[in-house]
Amino acid sequence: MEIGIKLNGRMLSDNIDADLLLIDWLRDKGCFSVKRGCETSNCGLCTVLMDGKPVLSCSMLAARASGHEIMTLEGLQEEASEFVGFLADQGTDQCGFCNPGFVMNTIALLRENPDPTDDEILSYLAGNLCRCSGYNGQLRGIRAFLDSRKK
Amino acid sequence: MLTIKEYVRASSLEEAYELNQKRNNRIVGGMLWMKMQSGSIGTAIDLCDLGLDTIEETDEEFSIGAMVTLRQLELCESLNEYSCGAVKAAVKDIIGVQFRNLATVGGSIYGRFGFSDVLTVFLAMDTYVELYKGGIVSLEDFSKMKYDSDILVRIIVRKTRAKIIYNAMRIQRTDYPVITAALSKLGDEYRAVIGARPGRAVIIRDENGLLDGGVSSESADAFARFVASKAQTQSNMRGSAEYRTHLVKGLTERNVMEIGG
Ligand SMILES: Cc1cc2nc3c(=O)[nH]c(=O)nc-3n(C[C@H](O)[C@H](O)[C@H](O)COP(=O)(O)OP(=O)(O)OC[C@H]3O[C@@H](n4cnc5c(N)ncnc54)[C@H](O)[C@@H]3O)c2cc1C
Ligand code: FES
Ligand code: FES
Repeated sequence: MEIGIKLNGRMLSDNIDADLLLIDWLRDKGCFSVKRGCETSNCGLCTVLMDGKPVLSCSMLAARASGHEIMTLEGLQEEASEFVGFLADQGTDQCGFCNPGFVMNTIALLRENPDPTDDEILSYLAGNLCRCSGYNGQLRGIRAFLDSRKK
Repeated sequence: MLTIKEYVRASSLEEAYELNQKRNNRIVGGMLWMKMQSGSIGTAIDLCDLGLDTIEETDEEFSIGAMVTLRQLELCESLNEYSCGAVKAAVKDIIGVQFRNLATVGGSIYGRFGFSDVLTVFLAMDTYVELYKGGIVSLEDFSKMKYDSDILVRIIVRKTRAKIIYNAMRIQRTDYPVITAALSKLGDEYRAVIGARPGRAVIIRDENGLLDGGVSSESADAFARFVASKAQTQSNMRGSAEYRTHLVKGLTERNVMEIGG
């Protein structure tokens, strides 16, 4: 079937199978930041923005995304670069596998709520699992970024 | 693994209904639950072009389209004001924001899952479902019906004067609940709703008038004991029947004290 998706600002048309998942279409288009971490819609690693809202690309059909705009980390480097250094400074990552999903959802959080409390950060990012850290590094990194903006 | 041969964006409810009469065709909501199953679907019928993704409000009711996401429910100020924040409290721990941006109220209510926070909180309100062929049915009746091939079009919440409290017990945030417990006072009627028993949520009314004389620690205790004796629980990997019954008593007592007179 024919689909048309605006991916990272570029309109793409394609002919796909009806059951192709969005994550697999995106990786086929070279967006390797989008990864599969689970088979159960639980880990948030595959997060992309559809029309600006964070969604799990592993759990939706590429066909459903037709007619919509999808942004992946490849298209959001500049926005991410504002805060990822603060995460690195806190030693947030060990293996780093969860990082793209965290960064994508943090972008979504900060767009929706530019000055979140710690509780709001924790609840917005609750759907991003990290198997190495205890989440404190991520929280400290985002807090440090927010504090730096107030200076 | 789930395979799908064809994908159709229905252009009318009639088209969706007709397609859905074939045994291996399925309506897709957020597809999150469906994706956990294996099997082969002939045609996936998408309702996303039918304008069912809005929450409309009149003086009498909220009308919530089947394709409204759990995140929309969470962020809808008027619905949360009416429900005293219970709707938000019920959905806030369902996985994460990205998940709730996909999961639909239609899929959640049609599914009538035993563990459902969504079914529990809507049963605590004066809620109806609109089925394409079956018309308007109370959610309490719908929750007991067998699965069929009708289409859930919208959920209707009548604005009966209400106070509602929602609590659930999870072993860990974002896990399935071990028990869900809502309490509402709708007009003069108290209803406790207990889900994740692990069976489907059930309404338990104050049929002995234990709270008629007002809320006190004694009447809260008596009503909580009554609810715990009525809500049948079973064991599964998340907890034993005894533990669940203990939680029903504790959460219901807490809910009664919170709701007050
Ligand atoms: C990993 C995981 C964890 C979860 N945890 C929780 C939790 O803690 N609490 C909770 O309350 N819920 C939980 N859920 C359930 C979730 O919130 C949704 O209720 C569920 O995914 C169904 O919604 P959906 O939109 O994804 O429906 P789908 O998966 O698309 O559909 C589910 C079923 O409903 C049918 N259907 C969908 N829409 C309609 C319609 N309009 N008319 C007729 N039939 C329809 C489909 O054909 C399918 O049979 C969880 C789900 C998953 C996958
Ligand atoms: S890959 Fe785990 S939620 Fe998508
Ligand atoms: S750093 Fe390894 S999973 Fe998060």
